[in-house]
Amino acid sequence: MNALVPLLVILPLVGAAVTLILGRYPRVQIAISVTALTAVTIAAAALLAVVDRTGQPAVVKVGGWEPPFGIVLVVDRLSAIMVVVSALMLLGVLIFAVGQGIADRDRDTPVSIFHPTYLILAAGLFDAFIAGDLFNMYVGFEMLLAASYVLLTLGGTGSRIRAGVTYVVVSLVSSLLFLGAIALIYGATGTVTMALLSDRIRELPLDVQVILCAALLIGFAVKAAVFPLSFWLPDSYPTAPAPVTAVFAGLLTKVGVYAIIRTDKLLFFDVPLTVPLLIVGGLTMLIGILGALAQADVKRLLSFTLVSHIGYMIFGVAIGTELATGATIYYIVHHITVQTALFLVVGLVERVGRSTSITRLGGLLKKAPFVAILFFIGALNLGGIPPFSGFLGKVGLFEAGAASPSPLVYVLIGAGAVTSLLTLYALMRVWNMAFWRPKEDVEGYESPLTESLQESPEATNGTATGVATATGTSKLMVGATTGLIAMTICLTVFAGPLFDLAQRAAGNVATPEMYVDSVFPGGVR
Amino acid sequence: MSASITLVVLMAVLYGTGVYVMLERSLTRILIGFLLVGNATNLLIFVMSGRSGDSPIIDGQTDAASTVDPVPQVLMLTAIVINFGVTAFILALIYRSWWLSNLGDEGDDVTTGEEEDDAAEADQAQVFHRSLEGDDAAVRTVLEEGGDAEDDIDGGRGPEPEASERDRDVMR
Repeated sequence: MNALVPLLVILPLVGAAVTLILGRYPRVQIAISVTALTAVTIAAAALLAVVDRTGQPAVVKVGGWEPPFGIVLVVDRLSAIMVVVSALMLLGVLIFAVGQGIADRDRDTPVSIFHPTYLILAAGLFDAFIAGDLFNMYVGFEMLLAASYVLLTLGGTGSRIRAGVTYVVVSLVSSLLFLGAIALIYGATGTVTMALLSDRIRELPLDVQVILCAALLIGFAVKAAVFPLSFWLPDSYPTAPAPVTAVFAGLLTKVGVYAIIRTDKLLFFDVPLTVPLLIVGGLTMLIGILGALAQADVKRLLSFTLVSHIGYMIFGVAIGTELATGATIYYIVHHITVQTALFLVVGLVERVGRSTSITRLGGLLKKAPFVAILFFIGALNLGGIPPFSGFLGKVGLFEAGAASPSPLVYVLIGAGAVTSLLTLYALMRVWNMAFWRPKEDVEGYESPLTESLQESPEATNGTATGVATATGTSKLMVGATTGLIAMTICLTVFAGPLFDLAQRAAGNVATPEMYVDSVFPGGVR
Repeated sequence: MSASITLVVLMAVLYGTGVYVMLERSLTRILIGFLLVGNATNLLIFVMSGRSGDSPIIDGQTDAASTVDPVPQVLMLTAIVINFGVTAFILALIYRSWWLSNLGDEGDDVTTGEEEDDAAEADQAQVFHRSLEGDDAAVRTVLEEGGDAEDDIDGGRGPEPEASERDRDVMR
């Protein structure tokens, strides 16, 4: 069964190589990418089943080198859940992208480079999730970042280059911080294997631990877009093509959150992080959602809600109990799915309504009733309306907070509730303006709702992004979006078993000794 | 753990200058800053291997206590490769940004099938080529005069003031 572990990284990488060679045959490329990602999804699901049944992490010593000398790949329940969910998302978005390529008749997009890059992004993502040592995690991050630079600047239009510059520079700085932190940790402990670090870090003086932990967390916080390091996200994501934005929004920030969970629970469990994380978590929620309220462009609005909802996850990590970690894991799964799905729906809206600005959209309910239903479900879900998974995830977090009460936790619960309502407000305004409002009302529309809205820089310049000019949807695009929305509903229907699974994963995370034992069966030397 | 003070000082200088240069608006300077900071980080990893010593080759004669720690060197090597790849990408980004600021999106379309457009674009392309030749000539004169050419060759700023205006627009 352990043979499946390296496949998670190898399959996408081989797929990337083959699709790069076969750049002239788009159909073959599509077949290979879909096959590779399907295979990874199946492998990851099998791994999740096995790891969950035995409760023991699957450990692979790459090249047969014993840790701490060689690289280890460790798949515990948390890693397996993350890999399964991201593989499903990548597959869904890939199908959407293929559908979009068919609708465009492959004229405007340099597709030959899309598939290899996309698969390398997948490989880097999975590598970061299953890495058993910090440096391998860094390599995984760099793989997915390098691929994301290319995807974000796909086509090389002016607005994308402008957005890409911000994104690349911010990512570079965060990577260098991460690398510097690894160097310091190596200097302090003499290893980068996480299992060994978990054992050695607690022997360090507490002040050294705090410095090392802060260095790592700042690097990860930039990637996870935690306030005040979140400014770059709403500026760079919305300009990319719709499928790319969907993948970035769903997955890239969650890698940062995943890394924060690992840092907090496996490496630095002695460092008291609750109060600082609670404060940044609360600020991330509130400031993110206040930003969303001012946006007229739906893509930018969703990017701000993305930042805001990262705050919930930080809140869960901050509480730190097993219950809270379980709720966080469930929330991450919910948020990956719903955010990806919503961005895909906006991709459809963009092509049906030829704009993403709610001051210009109108009458979509009549024009595209099915897209309207998809958006409505996704919006209610993200806003946390019962019975959807967004509500269940938030209730889980609030319950976990109330179980370990402190004044600050109660403030955060309040902030979380307010954020949830404001999310609903922002999304329902999109619903009212873009879907509910008749098309003929769009000209000269005046309402207090739209007074303070801020258009995106591209819209005011009058230069639309390359995608906005393309219209028409294909069945594949709608199908992929429907599939993802159906998945968010499944998260609600099967919330009981999934929540239990998340709690079992949290049980793994809460006992770092088990992680250490599985990597060093004979005890740490 | 002991480390060479020279390397630590060098690292500090690289970090300092790198961060300073990175704060510039010009993309080329950001790249130079990134290279400096990246190398400073590599040195930081290197410093973590401690004292210098024998090369870590185990042949039965070397004493394990006198060899250096090879792991940071391996980490550094990987980091250098990654930096190299990212640098290549940023260079492409800079070139693209310069291209767009000089020609705009129209620079990409060589033929559209419509004759009027083609004629207009051909004109533009000619103007562009002329301006390229002008740039070359300007650089050559500067080089021959032995003046400080550095000021002209940063961030894809052309000799014309309006080009650099637009360039900044793209970067913003």
